[in-house]
Amino acid sequence: MKRFMVLAIAVGALMVSLPLFAHHGNAAFDAAKKLSLKGTVTDWFWANPHCILEFDVKDEKDQVVHWATETSNPADMVNRGWGKLTLKPGDQVTVTFEPAKNGRQVGRVIEVVLPSGQKMSGGFGSLEGGTQTAPSAGAAGGSKSSDYPK
Amino acid sequence: MRIVAAIAGACCGVRSPAVSVVVLPVLYIAVLTSCPASARAARPGQSGAAKEHNASPAAAPRHDISGTWEPANGVGDGIQATGVKAMPADGKPEHQLPYTPLGLATLKSHKALEGVDAVLPGFYNDPRDKCEPIGFPRLDLYNLRQTQILQNEYKVAILYEYGETWRVIWTDGRELPKLVEGGVQVGKEIREPRYYGYSVGEWVDDTTLVVRTVGTMGEDKTWMDLAGRPVSDALNVEERFHRVDHDHLELTVMIDDPKMYTKPWVAMNKFPMKLQDPHTDVMEMYCSPSELERFNKLIGNPASGPDSKAPER
Repeated sequence: MKRFMVLAIAVGALMVSLPLFAHHGNAAFDAAKKLSLKGTVTDWFWANPHCILEFDVKDEKDQVVHWATETSNPADMVNRGWGKLTLKPGDQVTVTFEPAKNGRQVGRVIEVVLPSGQKMSGGFGSLEGGTQTAPSAGAAGGSKSSDYPK
Repeated sequence: MRIVAAIAGACCGVRSPAVSVVVLPVLYIAVLTSCPASARAARPGQSGAAKEHNASPAAAPRHDISGTWEPANGVGDGIQATGVKAMPADGKPEHQLPYTPLGLATLKSHKALEGVDAVLPGFYNDPRDKCEPIGFPRLDLYNLRQTQILQNEYKVAILYEYGETWRVIWTDGRELPKLVEGGVQVGKEIREPRYYGYSVGEWVDDTTLVVRTVGTMGEDKTWMDLAGRPVSDALNVEERFHRVDHDHLELTVMIDDPKMYTKPWVAMNKFPMKLQDPHTDVMEMYCSPSELERFNKLIGNPASGPDSKAPER
């Protein structure tokens, strides 16, 4: 078994991918396909319109392939349990995402498995069987009153 | 009257001109005066949190829409990714808008990221994606998320989560400015068009605030929605904020733009909003040019691909 893991799962038509976060276009990404790659975080950029997770993956020839993937926006990510400090360079993660249709190394994140093993939703698509992580606000867009302790 | 016909057409399916002449005024009066008896009880100062676990919400307070509101069916309901909620750009004949020739030509010049004519991220020309002000009425018709409404006896201020944007609706009895060439007339002054226009509100019953807005930007500055529907500086928008009960608000948005559309139409029809805990701290959601540039460099442009072509419209 190689050090890298490329699962490359084509899941097909049963994917439920509502255009909930269609900020930058659904047309460029293959919502019917999922890639699951294990790699090393190079940057976690907490930003609008969407946060960006960059990571490196080694292929069969031990060559490093760099990926840039987007998650949902910060307001939504907070409701999904994320924060600016959730990831840092060097973290080992498994990222499941919808890749670009044109084959470039970009995509949008469905789920990230953190170094701790915790599964975190990236805000796009869904995994069959459901891996949505707590806390789930059910709807994105705002933080809870407890964010500012009184 | 163009807008009255749009309300009736959308809500009641009235289509016959002959019927409309008779029915529309009646409907209009009915709409203006309709208010559940339970909602007529004035309960000033009851703008607090939605009471969870209550079997039924309290009645709506009189002349009060203040509070923090969120789309009742989840924020996805307010994003309106495929275009305005009531008339999405999904290619269905019933959602075809009544474009004028100018409206259709302007639509074709807009390269949108969503809708049936969506282009790839490398080819869009949405002013929003240059961090331009989103403008009105797009504030209602795209990414309507947590919405804070503050009011006093003179004005209603609405703070929108998306874009950190606010607007003021005057309720002090002033008249709606008159649309004139180059802007609006306010008293004896000619004032400039504004991204969020000039808004005047009037309580038409205990629980319904009707807001009219004119003096918005021209089609070269703002779009109506993510699908690139156009608006012009001749736009006249009517918003109807109806507080159904203490915890629920409905928003209806009517578009009257004779430059772009041959008749008025309803873009949002009784869109449901639910009252949130008054302590809710709404997240910031801004447009940063530098962050957007980085996003486009890393994600948007590569996703378009070197071989991608802008589709013909």
